[in-house]
Amino acid sequence: MWLYLSKRLLFMVPMLIGITLVSFAVIHLAPGTPVEMQTTMNPKASLEAQKRLIELYGLDKPLPVQYWDWLKRMSRLDFGRSFSPDRRPVWDKIKERIGITLGLNLLSLIIIMAVAVPLGVLAAYRAHSWFDKGTTLLVFFGFAMPSFWLALLLIMFFGVYLDWLPLSGLTSLGYSQLSWWRKLQDLGAHVTLPVLGAAFLGLAGMSRYMRGSMLEVIRQDYITTARAKGLPEGAVIFKHALRNALLPVITMLGLSLPGLIGGSVIFETIFAIPGMGQLLWGAVMARDYPVVMGELVIVAFLTLLGNLLADVSYALVDPRIRTG
Amino acid sequence: MELETRNLKLETFWSRLRRNRMAVAGLVLVVGLFAVALLAPWLAPYDPNFIDLKQVLMPPSPAHLLGTDTLGRDVLSRVIFGARISLLVGFVAVGIATLIGVLVGALAGYYGGAMDALLMRLVDLMLCFPTLFLILAVIAVLGPSIWNIMVVIGVTGWMGVARLVRAEFLSLREREFVMAVRALGASDARLIWRHLLPNALTPVMVSATLGVAGAILTESALSFLGLGVQPPTPSWGNILTMGKDNIEIAWWLSVFPGLAILVTVMSYNLLGEGIREAVDPRLRD
Repeated sequence: MWLYLSKRLLFMVPMLIGITLVSFAVIHLAPGTPVEMQTTMNPKASLEAQKRLIELYGLDKPLPVQYWDWLKRMSRLDFGRSFSPDRRPVWDKIKERIGITLGLNLLSLIIIMAVAVPLGVLAAYRAHSWFDKGTTLLVFFGFAMPSFWLALLLIMFFGVYLDWLPLSGLTSLGYSQLSWWRKLQDLGAHVTLPVLGAAFLGLAGMSRYMRGSMLEVIRQDYITTARAKGLPEGAVIFKHALRNALLPVITMLGLSLPGLIGGSVIFETIFAIPGMGQLLWGAVMARDYPVVMGELVIVAFLTLLGNLLADVSYALVDPRIRTG
Repeated sequence: MELETRNLKLETFWSRLRRNRMAVAGLVLVVGLFAVALLAPWLAPYDPNFIDLKQVLMPPSPAHLLGTDTLGRDVLSRVIFGARISLLVGFVAVGIATLIGVLVGALAGYYGGAMDALLMRLVDLMLCFPTLFLILAVIAVLGPSIWNIMVVIGVTGWMGVARLVRAEFLSLREREFVMAVRALGASDARLIWRHLLPNALTPVMVSATLGVAGAILTESALSFLGLGVQPPTPSWGNILTMGKDNIEIAWWLSVFPGLAILVTVMSYNLLGEGIREAVDPRLRD
């Protein structure tokens, strides 16, 4: 196991270099020098800001030197200062929002797994039944549904028409005076719609994947053996089949992370949730380059970490991976 | 002889596709959407940019079937013209993605070895980025416009095609007919373009059809966020932005453009899945 883990960690190094190279390339994408471009298009960038950018990116030096300097700054989490009037360090801005975005994504992930696994198992077990066809239809809707439209419909129905849940934000006014129980209730009411929305979209792919994986396992000889030796059906499905069918789903979970995190831009913008997605949207709108670049690097790194976690947990449950 | 087998293949493909009711529905809808986009000026009851401040935020009525927006513009006409933007962005973006994907996949699958390893690591790397974050970062540098988003969606969406083409090439290059052509002294380029690629085209076609759906979704999301197609050019995404701002008073601004996106994306998905099954019936579980 330790050998496997260290091998995986070693593999992460070239990936990280690649990620920073792509991010670095985006900075240098603009025709002409980025500073010129940024200052002509952004009235907020003063002469001083221009100097700061040249300093941050070291634009007078040769490219490899620029990259190396930039990399050294990144490793110290020095992403420069924001262009916005508050001029705060980018890392400070990201730090206070990262927990919110990760928390919401984790919640949706839990809901996705809690619903998709039983749904997929049942659809595979009763393949080609009405239940299976119904979930297939649901999956097609899930794949075609624009996330922001789903959010709008949820707001319209539960927020405006029924008036059950708050329309936006993470907390109500006067939140700090509430007791901890009321605080939890208030927070819960605010995150219900965004979390449910994100979960519904992830659900389609995951339940489909669970179904496919389960169908494959059910056809295996050892399942027939388990049935032949007279095991109760529940034990066959949940103890013998599900365990093996879950393996590829774990990998899929890691691969679905980019989509989920990308979705936070949309959900956080619509529901006015102060997370990383909303920060990115605001930064793109205001051409706040240091913030945009900082976000790109951090989010790519988080995704890489998520993939690593998925692979490691895969190896933990499946001994075949470790020997291989 | 060769022509005959090809015709036979096409015939079985059509008969399989026709038996799949979902795929036929998808095909009909896709063709219908093309017709709407082409005939937009004749189908739309009003000029999509005609501002009528006496008819602001009118709910659906016989005069304005889908109501009007905050500037009194006819929503139905804007949705009809929005179909043009969606299809344009969808096809150009997928065209770019397919071109890059085929090139990368062909090089990796044909030459193998170090070239393959290098290009596939690049694919892994690109898959690591949350695409929307990458797109937004590039839009921040280039500025929002319809041309920029087509390029950006294309450049960030080629990885799936590359993997498909590579896998096809890896198995194709070991086949006898490839060895025969190589023995005859054909160049690498001729082998790739004339002999290998035509045999790898079906999975590319499926992935391109599904890719159009994905590109349309991304475009509408970007336009909704104000970072894609800029008003007054009507796009389904930017009509929905107006819907969001008036969500408590004008439901029609949020419902109809979203429905248009849902139906369009679903019809491309249905058609794509249908082609996939018609090409390879084993995939039907």
